[in-house]
Amino acid sequence: MSKFWTILGFTYTSHLKSKSFIITTLITLVLIFGLANFQNILDWFDDGEGANHTETIAVIDDTDQTYSKLETSLTNMDENIEVTEFAGTEEEAKEAVKDDEFLGYAQLTLNDQGLPAAHFYAMSIAETNHVVDVLQQSLSQVKTEMITQQAGIDQATVQQIFAPVSIETESLQAEARSTEELNQARGLVYFMIFLIYFAVLMYGNMIASEVAVEKSSRVMEIIVSSVSPITQMFAKIAGIALLGLTQFGLIILIGYASLKTNQSELVGGIFEYLGLGETPVSTIVYAVVFFLLGYLLYAMLAAMLGSLVSRTEEVNQMITPMTLLIIAAFMIAMYGLNDPTASFVTITSYIPFFTPIIMFVRVGMLNTPFWEIALSMGILILTIFILANIAAKVYKGGVLMYGASTSIKDIRKALQLSKKE
Amino acid sequence: MTLVLKGVTKKFGSFTAVDQLSLEIPESQIFGFLGANGAGKTTTFRMILGLLQQTDGSIKWDEEPIHYNKSHLIGYLPEERGLYPKQKVENQLVYLGRLRGMDKSEALEQLDYWLERFKVPEYKGKKVEELSKGNQQKIQFISAVIHKPKLLILDEPFSGLDPVNVEMLKKAVFDLKEQGTSIVFSSHRMEHVEELCEHLCIMHKGSPVVHGGLRQIKRDFGKKNVRVRADFDVSFIQDISGVLRYRSLPEGCEVQVENEGISQYIFEAIQDKGFVRTFDIEEPSLNDIFIEKVGASYE
Repeated sequence: MSKFWTILGFTYTSHLKSKSFIITTLITLVLIFGLANFQNILDWFDDGEGANHTETIAVIDDTDQTYSKLETSLTNMDENIEVTEFAGTEEEAKEAVKDDEFLGYAQLTLNDQGLPAAHFYAMSIAETNHVVDVLQQSLSQVKTEMITQQAGIDQATVQQIFAPVSIETESLQAEARSTEELNQARGLVYFMIFLIYFAVLMYGNMIASEVAVEKSSRVMEIIVSSVSPITQMFAKIAGIALLGLTQFGLIILIGYASLKTNQSELVGGIFEYLGLGETPVSTIVYAVVFFLLGYLLYAMLAAMLGSLVSRTEEVNQMITPMTLLIIAAFMIAMYGLNDPTASFVTITSYIPFFTPIIMFVRVGMLNTPFWEIALSMGILILTIFILANIAAKVYKGGVLMYGASTSIKDIRKALQLSKKE
Repeated sequence: MTLVLKGVTKKFGSFTAVDQLSLEIPESQIFGFLGANGAGKTTTFRMILGLLQQTDGSIKWDEEPIHYNKSHLIGYLPEERGLYPKQKVENQLVYLGRLRGMDKSEALEQLDYWLERFKVPEYKGKKVEELSKGNQQKIQFISAVIHKPKLLILDEPFSGLDPVNVEMLKKAVFDLKEQGTSIVFSSHRMEHVEELCEHLCIMHKGSPVVHGGLRQIKRDFGKKNVRVRADFDVSFIQDISGVLRYRSLPEGCEVQVENEGISQYIFEAIQDKGFVRTFDIEEPSLNDIFIEKVGASYE
């Protein structure tokens, strides 16, 4: 057992001290910090451009009655857009726009039915999309007002007509999630899917390459002559797991700390979106359990595949099938976020290679009965045990096998090599 | 503690890598294991180490099969470099030492002793990939002996070393033998084997073709070498019956004869031809025996 800890410690510390590990962790931390302070950074940039970013539009009113109404309606709609009545000619207005005095100018006219219309002139149409929208909405309001006045309908009635109908959704099933809860859960589940996905890809790759490095440098022969390959494989998987926990621990710690300090600014923002405020404890427990089981399953797969290659360059080629599996799981999970009750989401959540991600989607988004969770977890754990057995045998043979060809078919050769006969 | 192999056979599918190999290596003995590439040397070593399971036969050390619980008593130097290229010498030797059951301080102490002995203490903090091939081999050797093994397996220990370093390593191997270690050692360099081993075995296509004490093997071989240096042309010697191989030298020749008796015919044939500077009967070299038995030429 002491050798297990020796290998675990060596794997852990040699990665911890490696440049690539330190750099990736630092970059991630900077990103997290940036994300948490997103609002501050945005504000900071906005400050640079001037605090009161108001656009002014000149209006030439050919109708002599629309301008004042437009002004009231527009000010209500967007306070960052200002209008001024322009007394000069069109030519003068054009000059003023060119001189950057105004963003653009609008010419108000009445059409043949006596309703307002406008022409809008600006230097660039792309930059003024928003302004045009606001202008159009304001004018529509003005138009409605004019028509209703003509028809003799009073303002209160008009407001009633335009008030939105409120629909409140409520599920009949007592424990079903409300829309609000669902949105919150979606945030956390989304976050966790990414976490599991990246962890499996990154650490799976790390394990496979490390096995390949040890094999290609032949240090493997010395190691497996000192300690059983199976002990070595599991010690390595545990060492990398510890490394992953360190890395994620750091990320979560920094992320949590920066979220806390910026909480006031972030209310209603990312913080709320992630639903970190009031997530049920059970969801977090399931997240951790599925994360660990998923890691274990894929780590063994990676170690097994890594033991089959002779050169480090072949690692990527070898673990491609594994990568595809995890990408498939990720895609299905993404679909499941929007439609968690789809039957193929339900079915795939029992396939052990997909369970860690997809079952978690179902757990997070639906009120999945406990027996279903237990069943999928049982299948997953059983698969882990079976795979551990196979992986250990393949690994034992694989680490001694050197050859030009590298393919999944080598699993059979490796099994034969480790067999007693 | 004696290492005993009895009827050991290893088959990979239909291919027989080692066939009915029986050996006995007692304590304090250096055993030479020779053979061409693919003769089954590394496979045998792997079976002794327990990395491969033999198809048939038994391998026992101290009357018990070898398991990982004995790994602290066994040292192994693989044929190809087996070190982490990107790890510092100190780190990985302490690590490998600990995997052989040492504790850290003990491993550091032994590491300092060996680095000092091999006159390379400055490499302690260097990465292995920064060292020359020969120096890597020294580090590799240290990794095999740092835990004072009682059974040491050296696969081509002297490859890539200059003569000075070969001497240094040979001395170390001898010292270990004096301390009671059983050493199995393979090499392509016959002079190293001749110098170090009292007992040896030549493998050919998985089977031992010659096996026993060095002196006995040479005696049993029967054939002798006769070297003649003379002032006259000696090429007629190759026509004498019983002369097997003829090689001309600048001032004479070297021939292989079927047995000692033939040398006397050669002596009679040359004694009245002129001035003879040298007439010498030699034991056959291991190289001769190897070539004869394996049928392939080795340096």
